[in-house]
Amino acid sequence: MFKWKTDEFSWVDFTIDVLRVLIVLGVVIGAWNTLSSGRISLAQWVNLFAAGLSQGSIYALIALGYTLVYGILLMINFAHGEVFMAGAFTTVFFAEALNRTGFLNEQPLLSILLMIIFAGLVSMTVAILLERVAYRPLRGSPRLVPLITAIGASFFLQYTFRGLYGSGFKAYPQVKMLQGVISVGGINIPIVQIFVFCSALVLMLGLYWLVERTRIGKAMRAVSENKEVARLMGIDIDWVIMFTFGVGGFLAGSAGVINGMFRPQGVNFFMGFIPGIKAFTAAVLGGIGNIPGAMLGGLFLGVIEAIGPNLVLAGLGIPGANQLKDVIAFTMLVLVLIFRPQGILGERLAEKKA
Amino acid sequence: MNLLRSQTSKSILVLGALSGAFILFTGAVGMIAAFHEREVVDRFISLGQLLLLIAPFVTGYYAAGKLRALGEDAPVLLGGGMAIGLMTAIPSVILLLFNSDEFRFLLDLTLRLIPFVAASIVAWRMYRAGNETQAVIGIWLLVAVLVGIVSFSFALIFEIKGDLRSVLVNINRDWVEVVTFDNRKDLARGIGTFALISVAAGFAGSILFLMPAVPRRALIYGLGVTVLIGAFGETARLILQENVDRDTLREIFRRDTLRQNAALALFIISTVAGCLWAMFGRQARESFSNINVSQRRSLNIIGLAVFVVFMLALPWLIGRTLSDVAVTIGIFVLMGLGLNIAIGLAGLLDLGYLTNYAVGAYILAVLTSIGPLGLFKGTFSFWMVIPLALLAAMFAGFLFAVPVLRMRGDYLAIATLGFGEIIGKLAISDWLKPIIGGAQGVQAIPKPIFLGAELKNPEQLYYIVLVASLVCLFVSIRLNNSRTGRQWMAIREDEDVATAMGIDTARAKLLAFTLSAATGGVAGAIFAAKVGTVFPNSFTVFVSINVLSLIIVGGIASNPGIVVGAIVLIGMPELLREFSDFRFLLYGALLILMMIKRPQGLIPSKIVTHEVRTGVKPKLVGAE
Repeated sequence: MFKWKTDEFSWVDFTIDVLRVLIVLGVVIGAWNTLSSGRISLAQWVNLFAAGLSQGSIYALIALGYTLVYGILLMINFAHGEVFMAGAFTTVFFAEALNRTGFLNEQPLLSILLMIIFAGLVSMTVAILLERVAYRPLRGSPRLVPLITAIGASFFLQYTFRGLYGSGFKAYPQVKMLQGVISVGGINIPIVQIFVFCSALVLMLGLYWLVERTRIGKAMRAVSENKEVARLMGIDIDWVIMFTFGVGGFLAGSAGVINGMFRPQGVNFFMGFIPGIKAFTAAVLGGIGNIPGAMLGGLFLGVIEAIGPNLVLAGLGIPGANQLKDVIAFTMLVLVLIFRPQGILGERLAEKKA
Repeated sequence: MNLLRSQTSKSILVLGALSGAFILFTGAVGMIAAFHEREVVDRFISLGQLLLLIAPFVTGYYAAGKLRALGEDAPVLLGGGMAIGLMTAIPSVILLLFNSDEFRFLLDLTLRLIPFVAASIVAWRMYRAGNETQAVIGIWLLVAVLVGIVSFSFALIFEIKGDLRSVLVNINRDWVEVVTFDNRKDLARGIGTFALISVAAGFAGSILFLMPAVPRRALIYGLGVTVLIGAFGETARLILQENVDRDTLREIFRRDTLRQNAALALFIISTVAGCLWAMFGRQARESFSNINVSQRRSLNIIGLAVFVVFMLALPWLIGRTLSDVAVTIGIFVLMGLGLNIAIGLAGLLDLGYLTNYAVGAYILAVLTSIGPLGLFKGTFSFWMVIPLALLAAMFAGFLFAVPVLRMRGDYLAIATLGFGEIIGKLAISDWLKPIIGGAQGVQAIPKPIFLGAELKNPEQLYYIVLVASLVCLFVSIRLNNSRTGRQWMAIREDEDVATAMGIDTARAKLLAFTLSAATGGVAGAIFAAKVGTVFPNSFTVFVSINVLSLIIVGGIASNPGIVVGAIVLIGMPELLREFSDFRFLLYGALLILMMIKRPQGLIPSKIVTHEVRTGVKPKLVGAE
């Protein structure tokens, strides 16, 4: 048999290096072609960027749930996308009801706030149940066992909600206040995008405050640092883990409502799967287990996903580049896992695991 | 109070609540109503009604065992069974009331009371734990407001929508019909019937437990066989149709349903057989294990010969429809055996297995199609392309494996999942449309031709799948005991130690990915030839999940387990069409359940079993 590794030279490293060069070349050539052809004006770039930021802030909110759980349990809660779906899907009915009474357009901010709390609590319940039923019995088993469980839970939740609410698509009602655009220096930005970004920002700041400034946040940090020592310090580990799942679930549920405002169409039982994987990408991008990292990673992924197809793929002469948006996101996922598993901001956890 | 806190009542309450939740859940997701479509015994009981009975029955039986272990005697056991039957009915009865016109106000009332009750319970527990009054009041307010938002919102939703059904689509007329045992018009009577039957089923469960061993086992056997054949009545009829004349068939079945007389006869026969087995089974087994080696060897050979003849004759025995199912099962056996090399032997959780499947299918499609997208318009035959599909899939597996060699465990799983999604999106994209047809896919794939005869029926395709599976099984068994197989297992157990022992892990992992990809490619090619068209919609993450589920359920690293897993998980939804809507619900539940209760699978491999028996914790996949 031939040898794969010698002391100086590794085929695996070599292949990965070749891959790296190819990707950089592709990106540079594609971008150069697009920019030099001038098909897309500056205003359009700004619009793409803004849309990317809003989409990214939704990813960021979901990614926080992955990161929080990973930080504490070192497990990938693969079913987190379905937690997001649970909140978004259930709240459609609430939004419809509010719309029917006319309250939604009379008091848009208050009703959106109510919807966010409602969705957050629904998702929180799902997340806590998930932890209690599926994950808690498996604590301490080899790491792939909870992952397989989580995959099972993901499909179980999808098809449960399909059974409960039906398999059709449902639409969020339009909020009048969020229609229309704001013009800044000749560039039109839809109000809803600004709204999405701002509300996500508020939620993230809230989380930051919770983790950094409160007693329970301190307990969460302690548990993620070292479970045994935290237990000795008198922290109730089970409660903290449950709380973490709850907080992650709440953020995911609120992301569901914000997503519903941003893209009113297309709420169904499968809506959480792809955003779930993308949010995981975002979490890894920022350094999984790292809270500001997840926020940054989400925004970054959103922007890349919006700009990438038009900048690189179109420049390489690939037709229908926008169809390949998801391909860009998943390629990012694979690339980050290959080249920088510790993420942009880096994280001590990743070194142990990658 | 003391009575409520005792271990006995606690276990009855918990089990009853679980069984009630199960019935409520299956009803709410629409399983009960869907299963009602299928009658198990003609004009007697449907699968949906059976589901309603099975939960209290099984729980009653299980609870009796648990209570016996707590040292309770017969009357308590029987009472417990009845209590469980009653508790099973309660949640669904409440939902029935909420759904009815007269008692709709109860739903509203409950939703408005919930926040106060919940807040009070939490506050009371905090108070009992010795918190300050101020904190308790604060918590009360917080919980009341939060829960209030949710439950008042639900109240609003139901008020505006008018009824439960507009939100919970499966709490509909059909469901009410099943749960009230056809007394939809007269709710009181329906609820009474339901509760009574449920209590009776729970009672029957505990009685069954109290029976002496022989009749108990005979009854379990008889009931099990009857229910199974009744539920799969269509399958049974299709098999009999090939072998029995029409009049006899009509005696036994009314369309696809077992007639009452036939069911009774079946029950009696299988109970008697079960009885005999319960009495003399052990003797038979002992006398079998006492025979000498040469006799046993000849018995083994006879057994093998019977098995081979059976497998060869299968298509004639079961007819066209079932042969089609057998081909599908075979394709998944192939993929299961392939993926098992990566997951089971080497511990690499590959969630992008559909990549290989898709590569195989598209290669065959593009090379042999006589449609507009075919490259050679029929110059290449199926047999020439199969090796190409195999090589192409291996190459794809190799290509995707190189970048992920450095990854471990969950990162690897997610990265391969990403690859799978990328392939799925590319297959449907406009970019590759000129080659593989985008959303329309590739059409007009000719059937394989063997010795001048076109293999166009599933009965004939069956042999291709059979041969491929057997070859794959053989390779898989040989690999299991080979040097490479042991290297993989070493990597599965601990990669660092494996490296330290001098195993070239990069090479071994590449080999695992590549070999596992090969069978995926063949499976894809056979699939393409069977269907005749290749759509991107056939290549979603669900393929990977299907294969993963059958490996986990059958038994990781266990070849017989995978075959059984494929037959159960792929065959059942195909044969029981009512089931196919709930296929992934079941898979999800099974994955969770297996990981928690039986991670080694239904038919575990010897090594894993050994690890369990000797108290070494089975690592199974991806030890860390």
